Amino acid sequence: MVSFVTGAYILAALLFILALAGLSKHETARRGNAFGMAGMGLALVSTLLLVLDRLGADYGDQGPVVVGLVIILVAGSVGAVIGIRLARRVEMTGMPELIAMMHSFVGLAAVLVGYNTWLEVVDHSAGAGVAGSADAIHNAEVFIGVFIGAVTFTGSIVANLKLSARMKSAPLMLPGRHLLNLAILVASALLMVWFMLVDGWTGSVPLAVMTVLALVLGFHLVAAIGGGDMPVVVSMLNSYSGWAAAAAGFMLSNDLLIVTGALVGSSGAILSYIMCKAMNRSFVSVIAGGFGSDGGPSGEDRDYGDHREIQADEVADLLAHASSVVITPGYGMAVAQAQYPVAEMTKRLRDKGVDVRFGIHPVAGRLPGHMNVLLAEAKVPYDIVLEMDEINGDLPETDVVLVIGANDTVNPAAQEEPGSPIAGMPVLEVWNAKDVVVFKRSMATGYAGVQNPLFFKDNTQMLFGDAKDKVNEIVAALG
Amino acid sequence: MRIGIPRESRPGETLVAATARTASQLAALGYDVVVEQGAGAAADQPDAAYADAGIALASADDVWSSDVVVKVNAPTDEEVARLRPGATVIGLMAPARSPELVERLAAAGVTALAMDAVPRISRAQSMDVLSSMANVAGYRAVIEAAHEFGRLFTGQVTAAGKVPPARVFVVGAGVAGLAAIGAAGSLGAIVRAFDVRPEVAEQVESMGAQFVTVDMEQEVSSDGYAKEMTAEQEAATAAMYDEEARAADIVITTALIPGRPAPQLVTAETVAAMRPGSVVVDMAAANGGNVAATVQDQKVVTDNGVTVLGYTDLAGRLAAQTSQLYGTNVVNLLTLLTPEKDGVLTLDMDDVVQRGISVTRDGDVMWPPPPVQVSAAPAAPAAAAGQGEVATPVEKAPPDPRRRVYAAGLAAVLFLALATAAPPSFLPSLTVFVLAVVIGFYVIGNVHHALHTPLMSVTNAISGIIVVGAILQAPVDNLAVQVIAGVAILIASINVFGGFLVTRRMLNMFQKG
Repeated sequence: MVSFVTGAYILAALLFILALAGLSKHETARRGNAFGMAGMGLALVSTLLLVLDRLGADYGDQGPVVVGLVIILVAGSVGAVIGIRLARRVEMTGMPELIAMMHSFVGLAAVLVGYNTWLEVVDHSAGAGVAGSADAIHNAEVFIGVFIGAVTFTGSIVANLKLSARMKSAPLMLPGRHLLNLAILVASALLMVWFMLVDGWTGSVPLAVMTVLALVLGFHLVAAIGGGDMPVVVSMLNSYSGWAAAAAGFMLSNDLLIVTGALVGSSGAILSYIMCKAMNRSFVSVIAGGFGSDGGPSGEDRDYGDHREIQADEVADLLAHASSVVITPGYGMAVAQAQYPVAEMTKRLRDKGVDVRFGIHPVAGRLPGHMNVLLAEAKVPYDIVLEMDEINGDLPETDVVLVIGANDTVNPAAQEEPGSPIAGMPVLEVWNAKDVVVFKRSMATGYAGVQNPLFFKDNTQMLFGDAKDKVNEIVAALG
Repeated sequence: MRIGIPRESRPGETLVAATARTASQLAALGYDVVVEQGAGAAADQPDAAYADAGIALASADDVWSSDVVVKVNAPTDEEVARLRPGATVIGLMAPARSPELVERLAAAGVTALAMDAVPRISRAQSMDVLSSMANVAGYRAVIEAAHEFGRLFTGQVTAAGKVPPARVFVVGAGVAGLAAIGAAGSLGAIVRAFDVRPEVAEQVESMGAQFVTVDMEQEVSSDGYAKEMTAEQEAATAAMYDEEARAADIVITTALIPGRPAPQLVTAETVAAMRPGSVVVDMAAANGGNVAATVQDQKVVTDNGVTVLGYTDLAGRLAAQTSQLYGTNVVNLLTLLTPEKDGVLTLDMDDVVQRGISVTRDGDVMWPPPPVQVSAAPAAPAAAAGQGEVATPVEKAPPDPRRRVYAAGLAAVLFLALATAAPPSFLPSLTVFVLAVVIGFYVIGNVHHALHTPLMSVTNAISGIIVVGAILQAPVDNLAVQVIAGVAILIASINVFGGFLVTRRMLNMFQKG
């Protein structure tokens, strides 16, 4: 039976790899998801078979196995019901929160499994009266698994709270915050050495102390990072949740967990890397947090000139007479829930023969790929939704660019002002288009606290107000 | 307060300081606006148009007794005398070149604001009347040249033979020069242009012309205007002017130096060497001209058949348009001067724009204003001047490539030490782990940007695989372990089911158009 299960695990691991590979293209993405489900189904069924196998006579007392089976089935079905409801209910604008919450679940599960592993060992060795049966490496595995799990858990909860605006998204700036993080890391390393050297219940002290420290570290790490860096944070936590699962695999000597965890971990790491590159910032500087909050808004003292205002009906007129239009959405579109009117406007314009496309900056929104999901939800065909590098070359030949709820990702200061905090960040070069219309609530600065010279360019006009209302007005004016 | 718009007294002047449209915009700022009868007649603004817009028409005396008089040209001596003390007069004054006018205005006890003295900063662009008039004039210069030029601008291959395109050489790539480049280019000519400021080369090229360079040291302008050159620069440039002008069919010169006579760039010899039928338009004629043969306001045909146009009223030849633009500049200025929109004109001498245009104020001479540095000047020299570390980004030394090798070597040694110390049962797991990480990097590296969110939710689902660990712990003979395992199973299965389903929901939304 064990060999059969191991074989099933290998198949499941292959299916997971195929699942991730399938997700690289639109055409194969759905098939990829199906592979993932199949792999998970295979893993779960074979694991259950393994448990059922224990009902065989050789194991003595059957009680715990029966209780365990009941627990598995009850807990599993409750979790399934909750999961299905969450998946059905969630708004696409709420995806970042959901994903952050799911990361916290993996983190918590890793902590619990880690504690369980330790309890099992301690209980076993105490019952058998054998001292020193747990080897140091195994202890270290448990310790690291619990540590990563705990950091992921609180970190993801903070990310979830920030994303759902139940916690201020401004970075928390404690004095000496880097030292605090470092101190926790060093203390945890020392506690690990202690934990490795002791046996039995004594180990509960370093384990418990480390758990508390790790929970604090996770909280503090994410609390110190501002809202606009969330794409990095979410993908980083995604990575951590993978490493947590892999660590659980080590302590349980379960290769399926190791493979899956490593896949997820490296996937999250790559996403974090892509996001950092898109902001021209090093991973360390994002994790160190506090971006755009100290020193106050920069560049304010410079004279940028005046901005010009435009009204919705004039924008409609501009659009109706354009031959090519590019829309660059940002987090503001998600906040205003403007994706449906934007999709409607796109449809009207395309029916009139206007070439409408979307340009998405890699860090637009609060989640990697957030804008794409919102536009897909509103039934915008994905082949007109292009990424920054694809659209930048076409912008000089574009008649009108609509900037909806984006700010830093279209800021020419990134290229023109070497002293700017966002200098060197790749941006959508919307100012090269003939006309630019910026949808904005007011003249306030963006997340990075940097003034945007785009608003003062000669070919830029500002449309003030709620993005959803304004786009609806444009749709009405287009007739 | 009352704003009066008089009829321009200069002979041949076609412009008016406010069209019906801009006059009603002025009224919207809270002013009473009166327009002299017939003031806009030459600019397609009949009295009826003003009356339709609800603007009062009045006699000259009424207009000149207003609190604010808005003109196009500088007021003449008689007009200054008609202003009442304490009144404000707005118009093109050229204060730097007409000190006696400044004195008379001061003596009359009036406040004079020069529209042509608006500093060239981006905030003041909407009031920069020189730019808006130069733009129109640059266009008109090409039209005038085309009128005199006996050939087509555009090159064609016809059944009757090949027609070569006209070659146009534009000197000075300011607003007028750029407008001329654009107009000539869109008529089909081959356009070459020169400016002593090398930084405008990009603008010239963006208008579709070729930028002519001179082999010499060039300077970067700090006030938005060109400066006069040194002797050796001048010699090299003169040779270039000669060469370019000889090769061109049409030469348009726009070179001006503020407060000085225009530099003479095209000599009589050069004009004499040009082909018969060529046309030279000297847009600097009002300031003495860039071309030796120029006569102000005249069309001159040289002995070798080259037409030299010295018209100074190029903008005025498009009277309706120019008046509308001038009027809008005036409205923008008065919007700045009327912050409360209550029809009361207030001057703030701390504002560089308002300070810059003030020639006299209640009888005191304010000219010249302190200099203003334009924002268009490159920021680099300022930062280099030692503003402080904040402004200058610190150059990071490129990391020594050997450091990477050392770091990798150190990591390998540490890893080997760890592996040696670890029990053998640990190593197969480690092998699996390392290989899986590598596979992960390769598989995810190709994921399309648009699919990052579904990718994250699917990895959420599969990291729920930790449920397998919890399931294996559930049947253990220890109630505490079993309960904890139950909780772990519950939350992990939320991930498993929720993650896959939400991914499927999202992926179903992605549709190809």
